[in-house]
Amino acid sequence: MTIFEKSVKNRKGYELPLYELPDTGCNLPEHLMRKEAPALPEVSEVDVVRHYTELAHKNYSVDRGFYPLGSCTMKYNPKVNEDMAALFSNLHPFQPRETIQGAVNLMGHLKELLCEITGTDDMTLQPAAGAHGELTGLLIARAYFEDKGELDKRRKVIVPDSAHGTNPASASMAGFDVVEIKSGSDGCVNLEELKAHLDDTVAVIMLTNPNTLGLFERDILKISQMAHEVGAVLYYDGANLNAIMGRTRPGDMGFDIVHLNLHKTFSTPHGMGGPGSGPIGVKAHLAQFLPTPVLRKSDDKYDLDYNLPKSIGMVRSFYGNFGVMVKAYTYILTMGNSGLKHVSEMAVLNANYLRKKLSSKYKIAYDRICMHEFVVDNEEFVKKTQVKSLDVAKRLLDYGLHAPTVYFPLIVHEAMMIEPTETESKQSLDTFINAMEKIYNEAIENPEIVKSAPHVTPVRRLDDITATKSPIFRFKK
Amino acid sequence: MHRYVPHTEEEIQEMLREIGINSIDDLFLDVPKTIDGYNIPEGKDEFTVKKAVEKLAKMNIEFDPENVFLGAGIYYHYIPSAVKHLASNPNFLTAYTPYQAEVSQGTLQMLFEFQTMMCELTGMQVSNSSMYDGASAFAESLLMAMRINGKKKMLVARTINAEYRTVAKTYTKPSGIEVEEINYDRSGRIDIQELTAKIDGNTSAVAVAYPNFFGIVEDLRALRELIPQDVVFIVVAEPVSLAMLEAPGKFGADIVVGEGQALGVTPNLGGPGIGFFTTLEKHVRKMPGRIIGQTKDVDGKTGYVMILQTREQHIRREKATSNICSNQAYIALINAIYLSLMGPQGLKEVAWRSYNNAHYLAKELENRKFDRLFDGEFFNEFTIKVPVNYRDKWHEMVKDGILGPIPIDRVYKELGPSALVCTTEVNTKESIQRFIEVMSK
Repeated sequence: MTIFEKSVKNRKGYELPLYELPDTGCNLPEHLMRKEAPALPEVSEVDVVRHYTELAHKNYSVDRGFYPLGSCTMKYNPKVNEDMAALFSNLHPFQPRETIQGAVNLMGHLKELLCEITGTDDMTLQPAAGAHGELTGLLIARAYFEDKGELDKRRKVIVPDSAHGTNPASASMAGFDVVEIKSGSDGCVNLEELKAHLDDTVAVIMLTNPNTLGLFERDILKISQMAHEVGAVLYYDGANLNAIMGRTRPGDMGFDIVHLNLHKTFSTPHGMGGPGSGPIGVKAHLAQFLPTPVLRKSDDKYDLDYNLPKSIGMVRSFYGNFGVMVKAYTYILTMGNSGLKHVSEMAVLNANYLRKKLSSKYKIAYDRICMHEFVVDNEEFVKKTQVKSLDVAKRLLDYGLHAPTVYFPLIVHEAMMIEPTETESKQSLDTFINAMEKIYNEAIENPEIVKSAPHVTPVRRLDDITATKSPIFRFKK
Repeated sequence: MHRYVPHTEEEIQEMLREIGINSIDDLFLDVPKTIDGYNIPEGKDEFTVKKAVEKLAKMNIEFDPENVFLGAGIYYHYIPSAVKHLASNPNFLTAYTPYQAEVSQGTLQMLFEFQTMMCELTGMQVSNSSMYDGASAFAESLLMAMRINGKKKMLVARTINAEYRTVAKTYTKPSGIEVEEINYDRSGRIDIQELTAKIDGNTSAVAVAYPNFFGIVEDLRALRELIPQDVVFIVVAEPVSLAMLEAPGKFGADIVVGEGQALGVTPNLGGPGIGFFTTLEKHVRKMPGRIIGQTKDVDGKTGYVMILQTREQHIRREKATSNICSNQAYIALINAIYLSLMGPQGLKEVAWRSYNNAHYLAKELENRKFDRLFDGEFFNEFTIKVPVNYRDKWHEMVKDGILGPIPIDRVYKELGPSALVCTTEVNTKESIQRFIEVMSK
């Protein structure tokens, strides 16, 4: 039942203090005064508490259990992070600068740590999400070429066919033409294919490394050399940074622009889809194009610098999702140098353990040592059993687990993309393996139970075709 | 071993054996080892980390909300305790995007209810499930206008928050959109003459804020009358004010966007907040962002799913309406809880008190020679003339525990020394009196 259906006229869930000032009389013109009150629910505080607690019960979450969504890095979100963010929650962005020195310096320290982690020279913390960071990065590349007088000829952004959908969408929003290149038979960038597209009309090459198949692009140093030879900018989609911490850095691999997802690698909660934070790190030659303000250090203290004549401008109001930054900062202080390296090692160990164990029943796409995630290829399984990846995903929900990402990357049909993260124990991985094996047997012996799954969730399969064809956008009486 | 990373040494060895390799290093043979760890400090225990972050927090000065007279887009309203407690539920906080709808009904229903509340406040037919913030929502509204009528000239009131205008310019530059700013008149409203003169066959949209940055309530009826029907009418609205002001939808707005922070969200140094984004059904396929719809499951039970996904990047890739891949779901939850608690009466009371406090204060300040800059009707913010040395005074007020009206003459140089005063329902009679005394000193 919606909260609107729980509404009872004149019931209330608030109380304001006694009002002491005289009524000054309203001088607004009659036609600008609201005639009909918004139909917000009229409920008591108890009603509200029960409603949202009941809704929460219908959700699966990391705090409930294993959440192996590939490319999403659903690791545990430490509780202390939340407490630390709360310490800064009452600051107004326009307070006098001298009254937000703690916040400014926290952002400064965070920037310094993240520059070191990414191997970049400067950074903006302003973008509010990964895709927002991508747009920012591409606008920086655009400004760079404009400044060099090359924007008219450099129209292309190259993305592999295994890329996240946001890559081409961001490139297009930044005014570039998208060129998609086919991956090689090993799942990595095909150097010949890349070479065929490389010339001085290319502005940016966007890559994620490890790529979305969970494979490290072994030729990355060669790719970066090829990109730079034609004067292109190499862009790093940081969705998969959780695999490589402490061993290599995007900047060392030759990337010029790097985005991070603080809500993935740096443990800030996803909050059902946001707020996130997508900082952009750049090499020195691109720093003058960063959004304003930038954080500058002098005498060991940070301040905000708005004087950046070649800046792309701003991509978000104020400083970005500052609250998310506090959580990521707390996490980095907690884990530290060895801790972050250990995080990547255990994330990769977990993925390979799962890959190996699952490979006895399921076919792994590009079955070799993977990084923090891998992809199951169910094409033959579907032919044999008529049970699709989607069905397996839905059946996992019956086993009290979350499903992996399905049907992505697009280059593997019937893909299941599995990312366990480092915070899962061997026992939790074994539970998942066990469920996957059971489902495999069910698919052969009793496929109907898998095809009609889920059975025990708050609702069963939903009709999303009608939902889009004849959409109901809002509650109506 | 780390408390967040559960592997024991024995388990690591066992797992390596299962994989068929000898060491952790064997997992990373493809990776060029360009570094051996980072040049950053080693990790610390929770107690020590807390002390370090608390030390930074103590370098800030926090103001008692009743002594805050600064708004300009981010507002201090009273937030009932239930908001924080309900939103802290880990099944909200630590869930991801509702890709598996059957185990995400809490998220999906909440967003559907949030969309309904935003439609109610704005008087519009459709709401998406949110954008990053008010500024990016505004920027996206211009891109959407271009998709609606294929035109690129945007007439944007100079009285829209400067942060929003800057973000909009950054966003729209690659698409060849021309943003032309329209000045204000003596009332503080958009200059109707200038606007009328600039509307032509290439005009895609007209955008105003309601109330605008100066706190002045634009006459949306008069504006809609002079804006041709095929020109997209965009309103940047302040949601609390909509409990008292007529809904923009009633005046024929095509797109209503804004910042939702005022609805139960702490200021957070400006982020996270939330952008709301509403429109008419006829424009919905041009709309950016995620939308939730109601449907039935195979047993006929009511449920909720993401709809119209063919507009989005994961399906349309470079042809998507936007690259946005997420929303501010957690903040939408806070908005929804707040609005459920306040209800229509509570929100109206909050709006009226914010309004009445501002009008009381404006009169008191006027009596002390702080003249108002404009004579248009205002909501809970207003602009005043201030002495030349006001900026110094603004900093000095910190000692009195007051976060004073923000000087605005850096953005609006032509106004000379001036400031934007804000009140909400949390300013008390006593705090207002004290503020008047400090200002008059």
